[in-house]
Amino acid sequence: MADSGEIAAGATLPRRRRKAGRAEARAGVLFALPWIIALVVFTLVPLILTFVIAQTKFQIIGLPTWVGLANYEAMLKDPAVWTSARNSALYAVLSVPIKLVLALILALLLNRVTRLAGFYRTVFYLPFLMPAVSGAIVFMLLLSPTGGPVNLILGALGFDAPDWLRDPSVALWTLVLLSLWPLGVETLVFLGGLQNIPRDVQEAAELDSPKAWHRLVWITLPLITPMILFNLVIGIISSFQVFVQAIVIGGTTGTPAESTLMYMVVLYRAAFRYFNIGYAAAMATVLFVVVLLLTLLVFRTARSWVYYEGESR
Amino acid sequence: MTAPPLAARRKPPRKTVARIVYHAVMLTVSAIFLLPFYWMVVSAFKNNAEIFARPMRWFPDPIRWENVADLFTRPDFPFLQQFLNSCFYAGMVAIGTCLSCSLAAYSFGCLRWRGRNLVFGLTICALLIPPIVTFLPVFLGWSKLGLKDSYWPLIAPYFLGDAFYIFMLRQFFLGVPRELMDAARLDGASEFRIWWQIVLPQVKSALVIVGLFAFVYTWHEFFTPLIYLQNREDFPLSVGLFTFRSQRAAEWSMAMMGATFTALPLLVLFLFTQRFFRQGLATKGF
Repeated sequence: MADSGEIAAGATLPRRRRKAGRAEARAGVLFALPWIIALVVFTLVPLILTFVIAQTKFQIIGLPTWVGLANYEAMLKDPAVWTSARNSALYAVLSVPIKLVLALILALLLNRVTRLAGFYRTVFYLPFLMPAVSGAIVFMLLLSPTGGPVNLILGALGFDAPDWLRDPSVALWTLVLLSLWPLGVETLVFLGGLQNIPRDVQEAAELDSPKAWHRLVWITLPLITPMILFNLVIGIISSFQVFVQAIVIGGTTGTPAESTLMYMVVLYRAAFRYFNIGYAAAMATVLFVVVLLLTLLVFRTARSWVYYEGESR
Repeated sequence: MTAPPLAARRKPPRKTVARIVYHAVMLTVSAIFLLPFYWMVVSAFKNNAEIFARPMRWFPDPIRWENVADLFTRPDFPFLQQFLNSCFYAGMVAIGTCLSCSLAAYSFGCLRWRGRNLVFGLTICALLIPPIVTFLPVFLGWSKLGLKDSYWPLIAPYFLGDAFYIFMLRQFFLGVPRELMDAARLDGASEFRIWWQIVLPQVKSALVIVGLFAFVYTWHEFFTPLIYLQNREDFPLSVGLFTFRSQRAAEWSMAMMGATFTALPLLVLFLFTQRFFRQGLATKGF
């Protein structure tokens, strides 16, 4: 961002440097060329094509026929789309904030210098290394009402254990629970922010206000708002795309009773089970617009709550 | 970290209580985080009857070591083949990513050229697009080329670059002192040589981080191989485990053994490279 000034300054440099600058520019384009090709071939062109395909009836075999907005109209009348959109929205609304708050609490706890800090950090990070498929399958056994340790522990503590996987009013919560297990990445992003807070700022705050609670709200939280923004945006984007856990736990029908049917699963079903590519493209377009609007909304409001130090990148 | 100030070293009794409470909370949370790992491994060494036995058994008795051999030698399921597929798939993506993304990141971070900011801006935008939005046309394209049922669509794109890793690497490249490159330029070194011999050695640990992340994410990858590949001999572990679980619903101990071996290589990798992982995560953020 600061480099545009340097480019302008290049015009006044001696000729030798200018010649060197041309060589540098040539190399720059050349080195970026593979990525520019990838950007065009795998992102820009497909993005436009998706919008086009969404306006056609396209069944893989045979040629696509133009149907205008018919796919979108069909989506409005499709109960699976509505159910899955509601489930996905609910999942995002539950999972993103809970994950954010828990990760923040964990990071605050981890931010003390103790002998076991390295151990705790490693433990919280480990679930990230478990492939989602393995994780989901393990949770199915873990939460099983017959022989699962979770219900046994809950029972021993005197709680009425729910039927995590077969009760339609609970199953979505089970997916949310599953999403909370690998929150180590978010935690470490927060931790990185916390550890970047300059020592003198912290010491000044300690002199200023003896209450830890005040220091948290007025000093610590504002200083890590860039990390909150990062985790929030990534969280929103990924929560609408949850697929693996949903299809392992709920299959392609979102059992029990469509309660775990996610938008991505319905999209997958449309494209690769029913081979209705045009319809799936319409669903992808809607997903794109929703995620785009939410991201823009977050960045818009971010101006009023994200605090940037003058020198931060 | 630096040593705590002197005042903190005198431990009044209140501090000791706080410390015990702190560790009690952290150890409980740690136990919750580790429970799935524990249960996965323990169940892998039981048989089905023991897994669902009442009262519940916290430890397998006897430990069925033969379950390991069973998993890898099943005539009806190519688990070993899928394990090797995963190694090939993740390894190739890691190599491709390191090469292509370090080239692009060098260009964005260290070289000045017209249009650079525009292309880099597009790269950031690409980062925010859900992959499914561009997936369908790309899938149709590979089908048209007749390469659908192969590893080409899964690996080849990474040899051209990936927005996330370019973004990540650029952050590191910005930290390489410019004088170093300018000096080499005055000596008449080509940009390619500067990239290869001067800049890359400076960001070695960043490359390790990117390679590791690419490897781990590819090992996890599920949707793309599920769609492109047809034969179970070609599946990577993630897809293989999924189909195994849905076809053999009753074989829980085998599923757990499979899950264990799907996670194990990454855990081993992590043990040897912890330092890099932590560095990589510390650099995230807008």
